[in-house]
Amino acid sequence: MSGQSSPPADRRIFWPGLALPGSLWLAIFFVVPAYTIACVAFGQVDPIFRDAVPVWNPLQWQFSDASEVLGSVVGGPLRSVFLRTSFYVIAAVALSLIIGYPIAYYLARQEGVRRTILLALMVIPFWVSFLMRLLAWVNLLEPEGLASRFLRLFGIDQQWLNGNHLTVILGLVYGYLPFLILPLYASLERLDWRLIEAARDLGASSSQAFRRITLPLSRAGIAAGTVLIALPMFGDYYTNDLLSRSPRTEMIGNQIDFFVNASSQKQKGATLVLVLALFLALVMSWYLIRLARVRREAS
Amino acid sequence: MRKRSRGLSFVTGAYVVWSLVPVLIAVLFSFNDGKSRTVWQGFSLRWWTGDRQQSLLHDPTLRTALVNSLVLALGSILITVPVGALLAVGLERWRTRAAATVNWVNSLPLVTPEIVMGAALLITFTNLFTGIPLGRPAQLIGHVTFSLSFVVVTVRARLVSLGPSYEEAARDLGATRAQAIRLVLLPLLTPAIVASCVIVFASSIDDFVISSFLSAGASSETVPVKIYSAVRSSSSPALNALATVMVLLSFMALALTVVVLSRWQHRHGGSGGFRQAVADVTQMDL
Repeated sequence: MSGQSSPPADRRIFWPGLALPGSLWLAIFFVVPAYTIACVAFGQVDPIFRDAVPVWNPLQWQFSDASEVLGSVVGGPLRSVFLRTSFYVIAAVALSLIIGYPIAYYLARQEGVRRTILLALMVIPFWVSFLMRLLAWVNLLEPEGLASRFLRLFGIDQQWLNGNHLTVILGLVYGYLPFLILPLYASLERLDWRLIEAARDLGASSSQAFRRITLPLSRAGIAAGTVLIALPMFGDYYTNDLLSRSPRTEMIGNQIDFFVNASSQKQKGATLVLVLALFLALVMSWYLIRLARVRREAS
Repeated sequence: MRKRSRGLSFVTGAYVVWSLVPVLIAVLFSFNDGKSRTVWQGFSLRWWTGDRQQSLLHDPTLRTALVNSLVLALGSILITVPVGALLAVGLERWRTRAAATVNWVNSLPLVTPEIVMGAALLITFTNLFTGIPLGRPAQLIGHVTFSLSFVVVTVRARLVSLGPSYEEAARDLGATRAQAIRLVLLPLLTPAIVASCVIVFASSIDDFVISSFLSAGASSETVPVKIYSAVRSSSSPALNALATVMVLLSFMALALTVVVLSRWQHRHGGSGGFRQAVADVTQMDL
């Protein structure tokens, strides 16, 4: 087509015109806020009211306050919060994979109506509000709640809703596991099961076939699912707030929520938002680089 | 082989029970006759309609939360779906470096944790766009911003599967570019647009973080924000009733969409019917 070299005038404005409202929206309400966060984090503090005063010119940014916060994250009081957050997320993702993989595997091996029904059951949690699902567990885990009473029958008597690490980790698993199962299922569903039959025919035991064929071939799904649930977990604070509300289980999200919403030190909150976003951007780019390498090897 | 499969079916069954039964119990307790959300004292509609002060029907704070959630969800649909669908069509056909940039920016909200977006929007509304008050206007903007990418992804997936040939045929037959879109492309995009509506609706009424960061106190509490603020205080089963209504609304929206879509498929000679409609809405290959 000759349109490629010299597009007619209406074509040059028509498609961008359609994209214009959405592009403007993203620029004004996504890109500008991202920049504003930096302007507040590297801005000044009003000497009398201690309010954050954003500095819009990047040449006048000051990094002394921000580096103080960073120092606190690396070697100060915020370090334990960051380490705890990482520990919770790693534990919750690992548990989610241990629970979710077998389920996704089972789903992928089902057929027809049975598979449709099972998939529908897996999708239901998506349509139940996250807060409703947390509310359900708060009801169950209160001292007189059904789950607490049930566990007491077995001699397990604990304060579940008051700074219990296990409750927070299981709460994260409960909240985000549905989001892991479906991408895992999608990658296992595309798997060529004849390869496993071939491996079995050639003398591999079923566990060998799993380790050397199924697992490597579903690695992309595992990685995608992991990133998909780990990113929001790192920013989660409400699971923790509802199931614990104790400084003993505080995560980085709780600190951001506190500094941005409840304190006068908005600047500190803005810096923590930047630290979190930067950290997650690193995780994300690591994932994208790995993905590109795996794709290159495959082709 | 058989034995392992039995283990797997047990794990799957246990997961289904674990994921769904707590919610069912919470729904059940909205019908509790006592004030407890943990000890069953018999069936009643007290917390739904009976109690003159505290039931869902009579407690103004619960009603406000419900109305706020619904207004935000409907407002989000009205803005996000047209803007997002146009953006998807524009990006799919525009294909320049500028389009690639917009496309990249558009994918960022999908991987940004809500707390980052919520904090950034709050700080922007209090420092820069001070003309936009916190509360419903700010919340609406927040909801549109995080759901725009969902719509673009959904509509683009359909555009890719349709290909450019329908539009080209319309153009060859003399339609202008705008006519080709209005008369040919838009009707073909119906499933994706309907699916977008229900996705925006669901993600809006489910949202907690953005609504909470951008709220202006009790008058702009949405249902999730209300649940958050009331759950650990001594609240009554009316809270469970409120949460139950939201779950019912989600599923009604889903059911309505599936019915509309399967009718549409049927009328347009689609073969998939009900199953195809479910697949369109849930973005899954059933």
